[in-house]
Amino acid sequence: MHRNLGTEILRVMQKRTIVKILLIFSLVFMTGNLFAKESEKKENEGEGGVKERIKEFIDHHLQDSYDFTLFSDEEANKHYGFPLPVILWDNGLKAFSSSKFHHGETVAEVDGNYYKLYHSKIYKTDASGTINYDEDHHATNAKPLDFSITKNVVSMLLISLLMFFMFRSLAKSYKKNNGIPTGVGRFLEPLVLFIRDDIAIPNIGEHKYKKYMSFLLTVFFFIWFLNLLGMTPLGVNVTGNIAVTFALALIVFLITNLTANKNYWGHIFWMPGVPTFMKVVLAPIELLGVFIKPFSLMIRLYANMTAGHVVLMSIIGMIFLFKNWIGGPLSFGLAFALSILELLVAALQAYIFTMLSALYFGMANEEAHH
Amino acid sequence: MEKLINDFSFGLFFWQILIFVGLLLLLRKFAWKPILEAVNNREEGIKNALESAEEARKEMQNLQADNERILNEARAERDGMLKEAKQLKENMIADAKSEAQAEADKIVAQAQATIANEKKAAIAELKNQVAGLSVEIAEKVVKKELSGKGKQLELVESMLEDVTLN
Repeated sequence: MHRNLGTEILRVMQKRTIVKILLIFSLVFMTGNLFAKESEKKENEGEGGVKERIKEFIDHHLQDSYDFTLFSDEEANKHYGFPLPVILWDNGLKAFSSSKFHHGETVAEVDGNYYKLYHSKIYKTDASGTINYDEDHHATNAKPLDFSITKNVVSMLLISLLMFFMFRSLAKSYKKNNGIPTGVGRFLEPLVLFIRDDIAIPNIGEHKYKKYMSFLLTVFFFIWFLNLLGMTPLGVNVTGNIAVTFALALIVFLITNLTANKNYWGHIFWMPGVPTFMKVVLAPIELLGVFIKPFSLMIRLYANMTAGHVVLMSIIGMIFLFKNWIGGPLSFGLAFALSILELLVAALQAYIFTMLSALYFGMANEEAHH
Repeated sequence: MEKLINDFSFGLFFWQILIFVGLLLLLRKFAWKPILEAVNNREEGIKNALESAEEARKEMQNLQADNERILNEARAERDGMLKEAKQLKENMIADAKSEAQAEADKIVAQAQATIANEKKAAIAELKNQVAGLSVEIAEKVVKKELSGKGKQLELVESMLEDVTLN
């Protein structure tokens, strides 16, 4: 591009001016190179380290963790928070506190077995904590079956407790107050009604929506509250974890297919109203769709929440990269605006998950209308 | 995809299923059912209340129409009664008048008859008395006239004369 532009100019310009232009260009390039070298130098010294640390921090945040760290002082190498129980199945049940790992610095010894925390996963190892690698630098050590009460499990339990007490109090307030909710119920009731009137009934139908209501309500508030908890500085990322979204999608898959009627299966294996040849062609496609639908639910929620966390944390991290009076406030403003957007996304993703679940349930219950 | 599989933690999956299903069952029993029932009941209540209000309104209208009709009937009846009473009064007055007239006439007639009878009786008595008095007078006159023999003879002679003359 530059060269083309240069030749164009050269054709038009007189010979005398060529010299001048070359001079200017060389000056610009030289100074440019000088600046570039300077900034590279800087990066290697300081900013590169910060960048690495920010990336590591974000990666670490997105992962589940064996202890509930509220914040850490990296310079003093101190972590403030509390350890959580680690439960392993390794030729017998092994349970111990995650404080034994010392945030991955030491090897935990239980009943003569040694375990090491490596990249947020527990590996079986020897007394010195050796980790073997394959050619792709993946650990090849044995992984015990891990049923630990991790940070995400604790967050889920907390949200479950919160939900139970909130909705129990709503249920009770009806009896006490003659059918009118009180307190937080006044906020929750319209949401419950929204799910019933705008998600369940239009998608599933007036007659069959009732048996799905419990799931839809639970899943909506569960995802929403966990998304919101992810927005807090506690730094939990439950709904951005593939195991969690997989579990939710699996439940949707099971409910859809276990409650499906004849018409639904008929549409999958023997599509009515098309030639026999097409029926044969459509069957595997439709069957694949049965799995793709919940799979899309899983990926959508996981990707949206993870992306939100990554972008938000990167922008917050930019404050530490810029370290000046323009970049800092700019990043702050951007992070603020994005936080508001993420609040919307938190509700939106819960809504979409619930909405699509209801849609799939509705499909499974559709009556033949041909 | 490899990262996703690598990130997948079976333990977390296990707890998620356990917690979610547990929460679902608990909430279903203790929250969703009572909440949805209460909301349904309330909605039914509102629906019923609206329906009954509508019914009451219709009933009210009917009642008002009834009242109007009854009032009109009553008014008509009152008018009729008043008219009847007036008629009755007039009739009564007329009857009374005619009866009184008849009675008066009767009394007058009776009085006249009595008067006539009394008059007749009085006249008869008067006649008798006059007759008696006349006879007495006549007797006395006769007695006086015929107190002497000469006068008696004279009378006989005059009488005889009359007879012969006749």
